[in-house]
Amino acid sequence: MNTLISLITFVPAVAAAVLALFLRGNDPAAQRNAKWLALFATGISFALSLLLLKGFDPANTGFQFVEDRPWIMGLHYKMGVDGISILFVMLTTFLMPITIASCWNVQTRVKDYMIAFLLLETLMLGVFTALDLVLFYLFFEAGLIPMFLIIGIWGGVNRIYASFKFFLYTFLGSVLMLVAMVAMYHAAGTTDIPTLMTYQFSHEPIVAMGMTITGGLQTLLFLAFFASFAVKMPMWPVHTWLPDAHVQAPTAGSVVLAAILLKMGGYGFLRFSMPMFPVAAHLWTPVVFWMSAIAIVYTSLVALVQSDMKKLVAYSSVAHMGYVTLGIFAMNAQGVDGAIFQMLSHGFISGAMFLCVGVIYDRMHTREIDAYGGLINRMPAYALVFMFFTMANVGLPGTSGFVGEFLTLMGAFQVNTWVAAVATSGVILSAAYGLWLYRRVVFGALVKEGLKTITDMTRRERAIFAPLIIMTLLLGVYPKVVTDIIDPSVQAMVATYAAANPPASN
Amino acid sequence: MLSQDIAIVLPELVLAIYTMLALLLVVYTGKDGLTQLVTWATAAVMVAVALWVAVAGAGNQTAFGGLFVDDAFARFAKVVILLAGASVLLISEGYMAKRGLARFEYPLLIALATIGMMAMVSAGDLMALYMGLELQSLALYVVAAMDRDSKTSTEAGLKYFVLGALSSGLLLYGASLVYGYAGTTSFAGILSTVQHGVPVGMLFGLVFMLAGLAFKISAAPFHMWTPDVYEGAPTPITAFFATAPKIAAMALIARLVHGAFGGITPQWAQVLAALSVVSMFVGAVAAIGQTDIKRLMAYSSIAHMGFALMGLASGTVFGVQAMLVYMAIYVTMNLGTFAFILSLEMDGKPVTDITLLNQFSKREPLKALAVLVLMFSLAGVPPMLGFFGKFYVLKAAVDAGMGWLAIAGVVASVIGAFYYLRIVYYMYFGAEQPGADSKMSPVQWLALMGVAVVMLAAVVNFFGLEPAAVAAAASLVG
Repeated sequence: MNTLISLITFVPAVAAAVLALFLRGNDPAAQRNAKWLALFATGISFALSLLLLKGFDPANTGFQFVEDRPWIMGLHYKMGVDGISILFVMLTTFLMPITIASCWNVQTRVKDYMIAFLLLETLMLGVFTALDLVLFYLFFEAGLIPMFLIIGIWGGVNRIYASFKFFLYTFLGSVLMLVAMVAMYHAAGTTDIPTLMTYQFSHEPIVAMGMTITGGLQTLLFLAFFASFAVKMPMWPVHTWLPDAHVQAPTAGSVVLAAILLKMGGYGFLRFSMPMFPVAAHLWTPVVFWMSAIAIVYTSLVALVQSDMKKLVAYSSVAHMGYVTLGIFAMNAQGVDGAIFQMLSHGFISGAMFLCVGVIYDRMHTREIDAYGGLINRMPAYALVFMFFTMANVGLPGTSGFVGEFLTLMGAFQVNTWVAAVATSGVILSAAYGLWLYRRVVFGALVKEGLKTITDMTRRERAIFAPLIIMTLLLGVYPKVVTDIIDPSVQAMVATYAAANPPASN
Repeated sequence: MLSQDIAIVLPELVLAIYTMLALLLVVYTGKDGLTQLVTWATAAVMVAVALWVAVAGAGNQTAFGGLFVDDAFARFAKVVILLAGASVLLISEGYMAKRGLARFEYPLLIALATIGMMAMVSAGDLMALYMGLELQSLALYVVAAMDRDSKTSTEAGLKYFVLGALSSGLLLYGASLVYGYAGTTSFAGILSTVQHGVPVGMLFGLVFMLAGLAFKISAAPFHMWTPDVYEGAPTPITAFFATAPKIAAMALIARLVHGAFGGITPQWAQVLAALSVVSMFVGAVAAIGQTDIKRLMAYSSIAHMGFALMGLASGTVFGVQAMLVYMAIYVTMNLGTFAFILSLEMDGKPVTDITLLNQFSKREPLKALAVLVLMFSLAGVPPMLGFFGKFYVLKAAVDAGMGWLAIAGVVASVIGAFYYLRIVYYMYFGAEQPGADSKMSPVQWLALMGVAVVMLAAVVNFFGLEPAAVAAAASLVG
C-alpha cells in the first residue's frame, strides 16, 4: 500500500488544521507564523511530489502509486496517478507555494486566508488523484467551499454577487454529474475509475416519449458530465461566471482559479468523458468543436474591448481553454498531447498574467487600463516580465504557449479543417488584445500624476516570477520533458477510443 | 404469554412509569422549582432507555397479538428518537429558564410524546398506529402553546391543533376504508389481503392515510402549518418538532407501506414520489425570501423530508436504508443548528433574524466555522455528511429506475443551496454593524461543536451507522 499520494494531498490540510486549532491572536507575529507555516506546508507537498515524479514510470500506462482502502457503501478510498494526471499534480504543488508567497501583503484575516488556500490545495490534488467516482466528486465539489469564501471575504467591491454566481453556477453543473455517477454505479456495479474506463456503457438508442436518443445511455451520461466540465472549463456559452469571479477575487484567488481550478474541466474530459463514453463523445464532437471555435474567436473579441485588466486576462483564459477542448475532442495523439500541454502552459502563463496585474494593483489599487501608461519609465523590470508573459500568452515560438496551441491546432486540422481555420484566427486576435493591452499599460509617456512615484518590483516579487519564467521557457524550447511523460498514456487512450469508434460505423 | 408481551414493551413501560412518577412527584412537591432536576432526569432516563434498546434488543418479535412489533427497524428509529429528544431537552434547558418558561410540564410532555413515537414506530396494527400517533400529537399540541402569554405561541398551538386534528381525521377515514376492505386492522392481515388484488376503495384508504401522515412529516402540499408553528413556538419546541417527530412519522410511513402494502409497491410509490418532488421544490423555493431563521429551518425541513421520501418512493430495501440514514443525518444536523439558534440573542432577548448575523465570524470565529460546516452540510455539499445522505437517496431512486426523481432532487438542492449560503454570507461577508451575540451554555456549545465535527469526521466510516441501517431495513422489508 503506497501512501505517498495521500501524504502529498493531505499535508496542506493538516497544516490548515494546525493553523485553525493552535494559532491564536491576530497580531503581526501570528500573521507571519501563519504565512510561513502555509509556505512550509505547500513546500513539503511540492518536495514530496518530486519524489512521485522521480518514481513514476512513463512507459506504464496504468495507474501507479495506487492506494486502495474500503470505504462506506461499497465505495473505495482509492488514489493513484497515471501519465495524464501526474503533471496536473505537479502543476498544483508547484504553483501553490508561489501563490502563498504572492499574498504576503494581505492584511485582513491572514490566518483564515491561509487556511482557505491550504484546504483548496488538498481538494485540488484530490481531484487529480482520486480513482473512485464518489471520491472524485467529493474533492471536485468541496473545492467550491474555500473558493466561495476566498472570493466572498477577500474579494473586490462586487464580491457577493460574484461568489454566489460562482458557487451556484458550478454547483448546478456538478449535481447533474452526480446523478450520472449514481447511474454509472447502478449500471456497472462499481465506482472504481480504472474499471469504469474499460467498462462499456450501453450505446443502444433509447426511445422515450417519441424521441430517439442516439447513443442511448452513453449520450445521457456524457451530457451530464459535459454540463459539469463545460461550466468548470469554462466553455462558451457557460463561461460568464468566470470573468465575474476573476475580477472580484483577490490576486492569489485568481491565480489558483485560472491556473489550476480551470484545469479540472479538461482533466475531467480526459479522465471520464473520452474513455468512458467514447461513442457519445464521438457523436458530439462536431458540437464541441464549433463551441470551441466560437469560444476562441468570440471571447478574444470580447477581450479586445475590456477596460478592466483582469477581465481581459479572464476572457483570454476562456479563449485559451477553447484550444484545450479542441485538442481533446480531436482525439488524436497530437491533439490530446497538445491539450494537456496547453493546460500546463496556461497554468504558468495565466497565473503569471494575473500576478502581473496584481503587482500594479497592489500599488495603485485599480485595474482600469486607462489609469496606467508609461510604466516602462519607472518599472523596467516589471515591463520586461510583463512583456515576456504577454508574448507567451500570445503564443510566441520559444515559449510554452506556442507548443500547446500548435499541437492542438494540428490535431484539430486532421479532423475538421474549417474549425481549425477559424480557431487559428484566434492566435492573431490574441496577439491583438495582448499587445494592445501591453502598449496601453507599459509604453507611452508617463503623464498620470499618481504613477510618478510608482516603484519597481520588489525582490519578493521577482523571486515569485522567476520559477514561472523558467518553466515557461523550458517547456517552450524543450517540450519533450512533458510529452515523454504523457505520451504513452495518451496513446493508450487514443487507441481505446478509436477501437470503440471503428471508422466503418461512421 | 402476558409476561412475554410485557418484556417486549418494557422500554416503553419504563419510560411511561418514570413519567407518571415524576409527574406525581413534582405536582405534590416543589412544582416549577424542580424543573431543572426533572429535565436532567428525563434526559438521563431517555438516554438510558436508548442505550438499553440499542444494546439489549435483538431479533424480531411481536407482542399483544401483533399490535406491537419489535424489530431492528423499530429499534433503529427508537434510538434516534430517544437521543434526539434527550438532546433537545439538554440544549434547551438554559433557554427555558432564562425566558421564564421553565415549567415542569415541558420535559414530561416531551417524554410522553416520545412514548407515543416509540409506539408509532413499533405499530403492527392500524389501532396501535393511531394510538401512538395521537399520544404524540396531543403532547405536541400542548408544548407548541407552552408560552401561554405569547400570542404567536398560542396561535402556533391552536393552528397546529386544528390542522393536526384534520389530518388525524383524514388518517382515520383512510384507516376505516382499509379496514372495511381488508376485514382486519393488522398489517400482516392487510398484507396477505392485498396479495390477491387491491380494490379501489382500499387504494382510496391508502391515499387518505398517506395524506394524513404527510401532514405529520410536513411534506408539501400538507406543509402549510410548518412555517407558522416553527416560528411561533418557543425555539426549543421548534427544535423538537424538527427532529424526533419527523423520524417517527417517517418510520411510520415506511412501516405502513412496506408492512401492510408491501405487495403493491407501484401504487404507493407514485404517491410518495409526487410528495417528494413537490416537497423538495416547495422547501427550496419558498425559503429564498425568508429572513427568520426559524421559518427558514421550517422550509429546510420540508425540503429534507422530500429527500427522505425519495428513498421510500423507490420501494426497495435499499430505499428504506437510505431513508433511515438520511433521517439520522438530518436529525443530527438539525440538533447542531438549533443549539446555535437557541443561543442567539441581542440585548438579552432571543432573536431569529438572519440579518443580525452580520460579520458574526469576527465576533465568534469558532462558532461561525461550526455553523458554516452545518450550513454546507444541510445544503448537501461534500465532504460534509449531509452529502452522503443525499447520495444514498439518489442511489436508491436511480436503482429503482426513477432517474427523473433524482434529477429533480439535485436541481432542487441547487436552489436550496442559495439560502444556506445566504446565512454563510451574512456571517462572513456581511456589513459591519451591531448584531446578535451567541451566549451558549456548555451543553449547547458541545452540541454545536460536536455535530460540526461529526459532519466532517463521520465521512471516514459513518461511525457504524450503515450496518445498523442495513439490518433495520432488512428487518422491515426482508
